[in-house]
Amino acid sequence: MGLTCMIIAPIIIYFLISNAITHIKAGGAKDINQPIPWIIIIGIFTPIAIGLMIFGYYALKGEYENYTEE
Amino acid sequence: MSSSTEKGIGKIIISSSLGTLIEWYDFYIFGMLAKTISMQFFPEGNSTAALLSTLAIFAAGFLVRPFGALVFGRLGDLIGRKYTFLLTLILMGSATFLIGLVPGYKSIGMAAPLLVLLLRLVQGLALGGEYGGAATYVAEHAPKDKRGFYTSWIQTTATLGLFVALAIILLVKSNMSDAAFNSEWGGWRYPFWISILLVGVSIYIRLKMKESPLFEALKKEGTTSANPIKESFGHKENFKMVLLALFGAVMGQGVIWYTSQFYAQSFLEHSVKLDFIQNREIVLWAIALATPFFLFFGWLSDKTGRKWIMLTGMFLGVIFYRPIFSTFLNDTNGKEWMQRAEGRSYVKLAGQKNPLIKRDSLKTSTGILVITHTTNTWLLKEGIQFTETIADTSGIDNDGGNWVAMDNNPVYSGKILSTPLKWKFIFLVWIMIVFVTMVYGPIAAFLVELFPTKIRYTSMSLPYHIGNGVFGGLVPFIATLLATTVTNDPLAGLWYPIAVAALCFVIGFVFLDDKK
Repeated sequence: MGLTCMIIAPIIIYFLISNAITHIKAGGAKDINQPIPWIIIIGIFTPIAIGLMIFGYYALKGEYENYTEE
Repeated sequence: MSSSTEKGIGKIIISSSLGTLIEWYDFYIFGMLAKTISMQFFPEGNSTAALLSTLAIFAAGFLVRPFGALVFGRLGDLIGRKYTFLLTLILMGSATFLIGLVPGYKSIGMAAPLLVLLLRLVQGLALGGEYGGAATYVAEHAPKDKRGFYTSWIQTTATLGLFVALAIILLVKSNMSDAAFNSEWGGWRYPFWISILLVGVSIYIRLKMKESPLFEALKKEGTTSANPIKESFGHKENFKMVLLALFGAVMGQGVIWYTSQFYAQSFLEHSVKLDFIQNREIVLWAIALATPFFLFFGWLSDKTGRKWIMLTGMFLGVIFYRPIFSTFLNDTNGKEWMQRAEGRSYVKLAGQKNPLIKRDSLKTSTGILVITHTTNTWLLKEGIQFTETIADTSGIDNDGGNWVAMDNNPVYSGKILSTPLKWKFIFLVWIMIVFVTMVYGPIAAFLVELFPTKIRYTSMSLPYHIGNGVFGGLVPFIATLLATTVTNDPLAGLWYPIAVAALCFVIGFVFLDDKK
C-alpha cells in the first residue's frame, strides 16, 4: 500500500500538468481552458502529492503499525 | 467530565453549532448566487473581471481555506478556542454583509470585482478557522464516551447551512420577478444582508461562552504549545497522523460530501435539466430527511467505533454513485417521453397554444443559413412537464439551391417531474446524503482524538480543509475535465470522486485504528 501511494503521487502531478497543457487554449472547453485555475490547482496539489509520497514512505517503513490515538 | 459541566453541554453545542451553521450559510450563498454575482460584478467580455472572478471561485476554496486553517488553528492553540472562533465568526459575518453592500460594476467599475474578490477571500479565510475551533471546543467539553454524539451536532451544520441558504434564496426568489431579483440592488442581496442578523445573535451567544476546560487546564499548567505549526507539521509523530487523517479519512469524506450534496444538485440542473425550483425542492427534502442521521451515526460511533462507519459510507458511495446518477438520466429521457406521448396521443401543450418559433439568419460565403428554433412545452397525463427545443437548419445557396437539415437531437429542459418520480429522486438524493452522514457524522470526534490537546486546533483544521476544500471542491472542475476527455460517457465526471473515495477507503481499511 505504501509503495502504491508513492507511485500514485507523481502520476497525479503528471496527469494534472499534461491535462493543463492540453486544455489551456483559446477556444478550449469552457471552465478548463483558463490558466489560472490550473496554476492554483497544480500549486496546491503538488505539496499534497508530496505528502502522499511521504505517507507512502512512512507506511512502507511500518510507522503506522500499532499507533495509538491520544 | 463533571456532571455539572455535562449539564451545560446543550448550551455549548447550540452556541458552537449556530455560529458554524451561519458561517456555512454565508459561504454557500455566494456560490449559489454565483450567476447573479457574476452579472453584477464580473461582466463578460472584460478579461480583468474574468480573471478576478476565477480567483474568487478557485482561490477562496483551494488556497485561502487551508491557509485560514493554519492561521486560526495556530491562534486557537496559542490563545484559546473561544476567542479564535469568535473572531472567525465576526470576519465571516462582516465579509458577507459587506458583499451585499458593494455597488455593481456598472456603478463603480473595477473597484466592484476587486472588493468582492477581497471579501470572498476573507470568507474563505474565516471558514478555514471556524470548523476546527467549533469541533475542538465541543469535543473538549464532552465526556469521552459521548464525543461522537456531541460533535455530530457540529457536523449537521454544513448540511443545515446549505438547507438554510437554499431555503432563504428560494423564499426571496419566489416573492419577486427574475428582473427584480437580479437587478443591481435587487433581491439577490437580501440573503447577504440577513446574514448580519444571524451573525449578531451568534456573536452575542458566543461571547457568553467559557474557554474549553482542557485548554484552560493546559494554560494553567503552562503546557500550551509555543509553536503549534512547527509541532503539528515539523514533528514526525504528529505529522504522520496529519497525513493519515488526510489520506485515510478526510479526502474520501470530502469527495463523498461534495458529490452527494453539490454535484448531485448541479447534475440535476445542468445534465438532467430539471426545473430550477423542483431541483431545489428535491435537495431540500433530501437534506431535511437525512440530517438526523448525522446524529445517529455520531452516536453509533461512540458504541461501535468510528472507522467502519466512515469507511462504509465511502464504500457505498463508490458502489452506488454511478447507478444512482444513471437512474437520474434514464428516468428523465426526453426522447422516451416524446415517444410515449405520441404513441398514446394524450399530450397537450401547456401554457401556450402554438409553439414558439424564432429564426436566426446568417450570411455565409456559400449562401444564407436560417436556423429555426421551435420551442414546445409539453404536459403529459401523469404530470410530467418539459420543454422541447428543436433547431432545424435550412439554407439557400448562392446558385439558388435549397436544402433543409432537420434537428435529430432536440434539447429537453425545464423538466418538472410527476409526484411519484419526484419522490423517487428525493429518495435517491436522500440515500446519497445518508452516505455523507456516515462519513461526516463521526469525523470530528475521529480527528479530535487523533491529536493532543495542545496542537489539536491546528492539526485537525488543515487536513479537514484540504480534504473538503481541495479534494471535495475539485469535484466540478475534474468532472468537467473528465467529461471533456471521455465524451461518450455522461457519467465520466463521477470517476474522480469514486477513485478518491476508493483510495481513501483502502488506506483507511489498512491503516486506521478502530478506536471508539
